[in-house]
Amino acid sequence: MTDTRLPEKEPTPPQRSPMMDRVTGVGTSVARSLVLPTLAMLTALIIGAIIIAFSDIEILRLLFDDPGAAAGQMVSEVSRAYRALFRGSLGSVNSLSESLFAATPLLLAGLSVALGFRAGLFNIGAQGQMLMGGLAATYVGVYVSLPGIIHIPLTLLAGFAGGMIWGGLAGLLKARTGAHEVITTIMGNFIAVFFMQWVLTTGIQDPGRNNPVSAELVTSARLPRLFGVDYRVTIGLLLAIAFVFAVHWLLYQSSIGFEFRAVGSNPKAGSYAGMNVAIVVTLAMALAGGLAGMAGANQVMGLEPYKATPALAGAVGFDAITVALLGRSNPVGVLWAALLFGALAAGGREMQGAAQVPIDLVVVLQALIVIFVAAPGMIRAIYRVKGREEKPTQMTTGWGS
Amino acid sequence: MDRVETTTPEVVLRTSVEERRATIIGVVLMALAAVVLGVFAFGVPSDASSTFNLSLPTDSIQNVSLTFNSRIFSAVAGVLIFALGANRLRRRNLERTNTALGIGLMLFVLALLAWAAADSSFSLVGMLRSTVISSIVITLGALTGLTCERAGVINIGIEGQLLTGAFVAVVLSSAFGTWAGVAGAMLAGALLGALLAWLAIRFSVDQIIAGVVINILAVGLTSFLASRVLSEAQDLNAPARVSSIRIPLLADIPVIGPMFFDHTFFVYVTFILVVALHIGFFRTRWGLRARSVGEHPKAADTLGIDVLKVRYRNVIGAGLIAGFGGAFLALAQISRFEENMTGGIGFIGLAAMIFGRWLPFGALAAGLVFGFSGALAQKVGILGTGIPSEFMLMLPYVATVIVVAGLVGRARAPAADGQPYIKQ
Amino acid sequence: MALVLEGITKRFPGVLANDDVSLSVAPGEVVALLGENGAGKSTLMNILYGLYSADEGTITIDGEEMTLGSSADAIAAGIGMVHQHFMLVPVFTVTENVVLGQEPTGFGGMIDRDIARETVMNISERYNLRVDPDALIENIPVGVQQRVEIIKVMNREAEFVIFDEPTAVLTPQEVEEFFGILEGLQADGKGIVFITHKLGEAIRVADRIVVMRGGKVVGEALPAETTQQDLANMMVGRSVDLTVPKESASPGDVVLEVRDLVVLDSRNVKAVDGVSFDVRAGEIVGIAGVQGNGQTELIEGITGLRPVMSGSVRMGETDITDAHPRDLHQLGVSHIPEDRQGSGLVLDFSVLENMILDSYYDRPFSRGVFMDWASTRETAQDLVKQYDVRTPGIDVPVSTLSGGNQQKVIVAREFAREVELVIAAQPTRGIDVGSIEYIHTQIVAKRDAGAAVLVVSSELDEVMALADRIIVLYHGRVAGEFAPDAEVTDIGLAMLGSAP
Repeated sequence: MTDTRLPEKEPTPPQRSPMMDRVTGVGTSVARSLVLPTLAMLTALIIGAIIIAFSDIEILRLLFDDPGAAAGQMVSEVSRAYRALFRGSLGSVNSLSESLFAATPLLLAGLSVALGFRAGLFNIGAQGQMLMGGLAATYVGVYVSLPGIIHIPLTLLAGFAGGMIWGGLAGLLKARTGAHEVITTIMGNFIAVFFMQWVLTTGIQDPGRNNPVSAELVTSARLPRLFGVDYRVTIGLLLAIAFVFAVHWLLYQSSIGFEFRAVGSNPKAGSYAGMNVAIVVTLAMALAGGLAGMAGANQVMGLEPYKATPALAGAVGFDAITVALLGRSNPVGVLWAALLFGALAAGGREMQGAAQVPIDLVVVLQALIVIFVAAPGMIRAIYRVKGREEKPTQMTTGWGS
Repeated sequence: MDRVETTTPEVVLRTSVEERRATIIGVVLMALAAVVLGVFAFGVPSDASSTFNLSLPTDSIQNVSLTFNSRIFSAVAGVLIFALGANRLRRRNLERTNTALGIGLMLFVLALLAWAAADSSFSLVGMLRSTVISSIVITLGALTGLTCERAGVINIGIEGQLLTGAFVAVVLSSAFGTWAGVAGAMLAGALLGALLAWLAIRFSVDQIIAGVVINILAVGLTSFLASRVLSEAQDLNAPARVSSIRIPLLADIPVIGPMFFDHTFFVYVTFILVVALHIGFFRTRWGLRARSVGEHPKAADTLGIDVLKVRYRNVIGAGLIAGFGGAFLALAQISRFEENMTGGIGFIGLAAMIFGRWLPFGALAAGLVFGFSGALAQKVGILGTGIPSEFMLMLPYVATVIVVAGLVGRARAPAADGQPYIKQ
Repeated sequence: MALVLEGITKRFPGVLANDDVSLSVAPGEVVALLGENGAGKSTLMNILYGLYSADEGTITIDGEEMTLGSSADAIAAGIGMVHQHFMLVPVFTVTENVVLGQEPTGFGGMIDRDIARETVMNISERYNLRVDPDALIENIPVGVQQRVEIIKVMNREAEFVIFDEPTAVLTPQEVEEFFGILEGLQADGKGIVFITHKLGEAIRVADRIVVMRGGKVVGEALPAETTQQDLANMMVGRSVDLTVPKESASPGDVVLEVRDLVVLDSRNVKAVDGVSFDVRAGEIVGIAGVQGNGQTELIEGITGLRPVMSGSVRMGETDITDAHPRDLHQLGVSHIPEDRQGSGLVLDFSVLENMILDSYYDRPFSRGVFMDWASTRETAQDLVKQYDVRTPGIDVPVSTLSGGNQQKVIVAREFAREVELVIAAQPTRGIDVGSIEYIHTQIVAKRDAGAAVLVVSSELDEVMALADRIIVLYHGRVAGEFAPDAEVTDIGLAMLGSAP
């Protein structure tokens, strides 16, 4: 019995494809693509204002006695804080320099995380990669004596190498054993801190100090300031911007970047097409680690006192994640995000100094901005803005390899 | 066909992965044996003796201890480890690899302790007791993680939940007492869990990204409030004391007693929670439904189970557990709030969850293993060996990497873990 | 007690999936719902089962109107559904799957395992559905899994049962067993809706056949009064040619030589258990067999995507066992993978980027590390025209294309170069008729150009239409070799493991 049957048509409605966080998609107007981040920032500032107002114990006590006066104090407190924030970030030439200065390592580390995302990898280890890069750079910066024109690139290269090894290890582990890089890179952060603490109390320790601090970098290894001695921003900024273009070229104009993006989006299809997923993963983590390593090198080469400590990365490693997310893992987007968050960092310092609002508020603002940008539906709901249906930012495929 | 062929015959063939793992572990064991023999056995004078104290000053039975010749002890241990390693290299009985590794590691640790305590003594029971205490936050973190993942949601934000719980616990306990602190902490954890669930389910934000951002938010918020509020109002950073409850009779058992039955209530609640979650997930209908949502949400949906509601419920419930863990950390272990005081322990909890194969009792066992590595690090540091303390501090983190690298075998996560459920 | 759907209309963005559809089922009646994919039958049934909500229309049972906002509502109303892709949790036991959502519980919500098991065995005996209640789903064969699904449905005391493509994954004998089960349900007074695209089965089993096309009901027929050709015409709206035009083959030298191949599946079970065959230049060899008999692993073994346990694969002089996909690409092998969205395309990538997915690394698409987008664009535009890919441009994400056009992108990619060996796995699954004809023509053209072609398909008709030689795979072994004009029953028996 020949069972004739008709072939099937494809099913409707069309399947939703898991999509990575992309640049504002095809066909979005510029206006639309700026509205959301602006609203996100605004909302974050409003929430920040509420946090500032309601975390002052004096004001809270006053609230029960004299609500009117309390409200007035809240307003003045918040405006004092935000004025300082603005002043410290954009209010003067020095502020602008400070903003750019803070943006430099954020940009490099942000590119590191973004590159990882593009290859489908969560690089949460920028912190540790910065430390290892900074350490390597310190060795070259302390023990070698060369004219600056050679010494600086060499030291930066050392920074790249240090971070590259640290990131590459996590990549290798993922490629060979399937160990999820979220956990291995986070563990790497802690291991790097302890390692630094040990190393900095042995050979390279600053003579005359008992705590983990390195010796000072030779002058030829220090990054020269860009606008004269009065302003802290160094040529590191130019380097970072150069890398924006380099990473863009890598991702969109090179065959390596093609592989990164393919494997990042669909590793199975990539391997069916002949790509070596293990090599891609390892290489991507290594390059990402190298970028973060250079950010670490920047931290010892670009600011006083030109010494390495286990705290050299500050919060940059984690801020870099928010920078990459805000920039949607796109090199140019990361640039804008780094500038914004650099400005917030500089402003935050002023806010802490002049208005006694702890700089951690900036971290809260950053996290809120990222939440609003990652979940645009929230902003739309709050402001009743119409928009397209939610695009999932799906990247996770579970723990398995 | 008369006989019902209801199962396909399964022919399990040896795979190169398991063989390779046996080889690696065999080599590792033999290397460990070399260290034990070379350093621990023959690195001490032949007449040195080590004493492991097995009783605490508070025990009813006093002065129980083991004293033995350090070199002989280590030599014997070394030979045994070598034998285990050599056996692994034969690549038979592959399923026993983990047992061999476990026994080998245990012997190694004992030899290490014997070496570190050569010509002196140390409290083995004290170390075991601090193992249990160190393990609690890890176990609670692992339980939080598996409660979420069994329903298909990956929760990277455990660290943030613990930290926030710690903060709230300290503040409320300082102001209103322990119970307020604990309740507030659990609520805080649940709120963060709700945020994670909301972001992941309602807005389809990638679960890992949502977790990472929640961690950042938690760190920022708690650090901000700590600087702003706690430094001003010092009395809000002085939580009420939580005292140990000694269980009569059981606490008098040598070694086991002080190890398990003389703790703050947090520890007992944790033990009960492990049992409750085990029964809950594997014996009750809520557990069956939750697990179905984590394994095959579409199937659950077609049977009328509300997938999204189950996920919300599990994630928020897990948040309660994490908050409780934060309360323990802040009220019973450290007794104050310090910025970033969790130090990555939430992630170790995630590793413990994977190590424990997403099972409640597995989480407990894994928590003890990780807790032990922390306690060991501390003890060896105190005993003053040549090993730099920083390397010992690294131990739990390195152990985590080793675990997730699969050196202790692979387990399967719930099938729909990490994937958002999109209804058409 | 009849179930009546009246005036059901359902709109999706850009598509009118159901357009004023009416359908009725009486107790003890089997209604076959026929139509191509996209005709709207699955949508209609999903509405009936509460998974979608209709925009207009009513559903009544015995005159009483029902609101079915969720599966729970449908279940409560006595409607059960056995889905095409089974809704079973692989790591749960048969019993757990059956009682899920309706668990017998005792104190504290704890499941009473004895009662659960008893429930399963009762239903099993009543409808002759033999199962092992404690077996894990992932360990039991597909035919048994289907029985579990039916028990699940019966456990909820369904009065109406919807079967969605129930015979798609069954061997011919399992299909016979299924029809027996269907008769049992019918005798018990259940009303059955049986969705299928298999015309012969519809005629055989149904009391009434309803044909849908483009979201509407276009006709009803009684099996005794209609033919497959009539039904086919109703389904498509035009006379349909079900054969592939091709001349007879003139095979040349052996290109692909597979010897004693053994490949393990993901659970370390032998999926391919000693398979040997040849494919010659200028011939199409078709691998037939019910899905799950090792075809997937066979292709993966040949194309280097899965490690080969033992045996060899040779291409001419070269040993290509466990070769890297890129090496195969350079040797002139083209592979159309089974899962086009999962393995063949990067959905986020543009049409352009997907066109060069496996050849980007060499000229003319790149030189060393540098991508040459200019020449790539030119080539891609040519290919889009040449292979009739319907797309607004080469820069749109390939995810926006229909399944048929996505497959054409892959075909363009794979066929636009000189190839000696073509391996096509399920090349026309889930694709519209026009694209299927096109792809079949392309495959035959490649054969006529001298390539050796290996086609794997779970649709026996496709294999019989395309192949010059048919090899049947059963439980990982070659169960028979046939010419395309062989008796279908013989081939069917081979698919079952009983070679003539």
